[in-house]
Amino acid sequence: MSNSNASTAHSIIKPSHGDPLIQIRDLNKHFNLGGGQILKAVNDVNLTIGRGETLGVVGESGCGKSTLGRTVMRLYEPTSGQVVFDGKPLYDLKGSAMKTIRRDMQMIFQDPYASLNPRMTITDVIGEALDIHKLAGSRAERKKKVESLLDVVGLNPDHATRYPHEFSGGQRQRIGIARALAVEPKFIIADEPISALDVSIQAQVVNLMQDLQRKMGLTYMFIAHDLSMVKHISDRVAVMYLGRVVELADSDELYANPAHPYTQALLSAIPIPDPDVELERERITLKGELPSPINPPSGCPFRTRCPLATEKCAKDTPALAEVKKGHFAACHYASV
Amino acid sequence: MERILEVKDLRVNFKVRGGIVQAVRGVNFHVNKGETVAIVGESGCGKSVTAQSLMRLIPSPPAVTTGSIRFKGEEILTKSLRQMETIRGKEMGMIFQDPMTSLNPTLSIGKQITEGLVKHQGMSSEAAKTRAVEMLKLVGIPNPESRVSQYPHEFSGGMRQRAMIAIALACNPSLLIADEPTTALDVTVQAQIMSVLKDLQTKLGTSIILITHDLGVVADSADRVIVMYAGKVVESGKTRDIFKNPKHPYTRGLLRSVPRLDQKKDEPLIPIFGTPPDLIKPPAGCAFCARCDEAMRVCVNNDPALVPVEGEGHTAACWLNHPLAGEGGESA
Repeated sequence: MSNSNASTAHSIIKPSHGDPLIQIRDLNKHFNLGGGQILKAVNDVNLTIGRGETLGVVGESGCGKSTLGRTVMRLYEPTSGQVVFDGKPLYDLKGSAMKTIRRDMQMIFQDPYASLNPRMTITDVIGEALDIHKLAGSRAERKKKVESLLDVVGLNPDHATRYPHEFSGGQRQRIGIARALAVEPKFIIADEPISALDVSIQAQVVNLMQDLQRKMGLTYMFIAHDLSMVKHISDRVAVMYLGRVVELADSDELYANPAHPYTQALLSAIPIPDPDVELERERITLKGELPSPINPPSGCPFRTRCPLATEKCAKDTPALAEVKKGHFAACHYASV
Repeated sequence: MERILEVKDLRVNFKVRGGIVQAVRGVNFHVNKGETVAIVGESGCGKSVTAQSLMRLIPSPPAVTTGSIRFKGEEILTKSLRQMETIRGKEMGMIFQDPMTSLNPTLSIGKQITEGLVKHQGMSSEAAKTRAVEMLKLVGIPNPESRVSQYPHEFSGGMRQRAMIAIALACNPSLLIADEPTTALDVTVQAQIMSVLKDLQTKLGTSIILITHDLGVVADSADRVIVMYAGKVVESGKTRDIFKNPKHPYTRGLLRSVPRLDQKKDEPLIPIFGTPPDLIKPPAGCAFCARCDEAMRVCVNNDPALVPVEGEGHTAACWLNHPLAGEGGESA
């Protein structure tokens, strides 16, 4: 039932920039936990990302946003569904065709301390990607490429022979970005790229990512739980809850007119760094805890915590439907 | 107003290979009864070391702590460890960032709450258990009667943090030190936890020291704010003064570098360039000088003192607040 509605949704969704680079179609990723327990981490997700666009994906821990990113990157094989990348069905590709396409899609990880090999110099961390895809003909060319990448991300090229522990968190995240850029990708998934960094450094990294996007025409999927930063960097934002996309809209529109009660609660929970504004604000406090994704509620996944829930919500799962032009919400009682 | 805590010239040095890290370099502040004081700053600015020193949780050696910490009129730094045991948990409670590693996985939640009650208040185990159930109810844990005998791994992240608050507040301490209490939690859970803390503060009259890097949480919860940078207080004052009339370029930089939910998207973020200084060799002048876009010549070699500025109890350590600054000053 949700499939038919959802497929209309993705045919209507127009990326805000150019033609689609990525189309995520009816994507499911379920984990079999044994004993008949199945964790539906990603559930019937349909999304389109246009060339040069930044799609933000937000939601709380356990909502499936990281699994979605990893499945789109094909670090996980999907349970069902398809991702069409640059016109090619990603999950049907094999061997060298898959390897070629991996050049076009790269990932930046959350923890700049854990995602760099401590025993490799920065030259080798970045150079490894060049070697795998045979992008440097000689050692001299490899060295030159690494140095120019370090320069691009604002690091001193003379530091190429250092090891990861000699850099600060912000610098390591820049190394992670340089590594991702080494193969000249079209699409980058950044999974919580700034949440391990101090606030003053977060702005440095976000500005760098935006700069690179403008210069290189990159397409981003920006996964984060910091909604203020996601709003800042994204063209459109998808809100996930228990494996499903419950709302999708242009970022200014989503924050100005959230239609789904979950998005409304999520936005109202974020404190604003202004004591006068905080004094006036009314907070929607959600009841209870996030239900287990192993045994999600029937019908609408949010109904157990929703102030608007009725009997209908227990029976019918609301599909992601357009509530106003370019603004989609999966709620029987979505406000417009 | 009654001052329950007065910190004077607190210094904490750590001996490490390659020198001495001056983690806290002469910090002064006070906390009044029933108020919430937030300490903000980046990793490594000394905010957690300061907080842990208040309870003497920094092992010495390797640390050398000097200065004065007066809590309810008594000097903390000269107390014996045995004397500290009667203060920790009873007079001062602490909650930590990561409730999973700071709770004991082998003891039931109830046991961890009653431990302090039996020890400090001489309660019978029956009475302590009744109190534990009451505390769990107070922090908003459903079915406290059955939850009290469960273990930390059976609780979610938000519930563990609630349990930790229940442990910290069970003996009704006059000071609660909350070190990044919501950093590991989702925003909706953060909102729940902060409202629990505020409710309990109103009911019990507890003073709270809130250590955080989240300026939104500060704006929402704190009465006063202390901004730390490179082991020193660079600005302090009432929350509204700090946010509306910041007098230190670092405070202004912090406020500019975070995007606000209620702002239009097109305004660019203004980061603070560079990184904090190495505290093995702290700079001779203002520690923020190298990252400051308003730095002057005087800043390079002369460390500015914390001086009163506009606003009640508002102080800042920046040469720009000197009465003659701006009159033909030359930039560095």
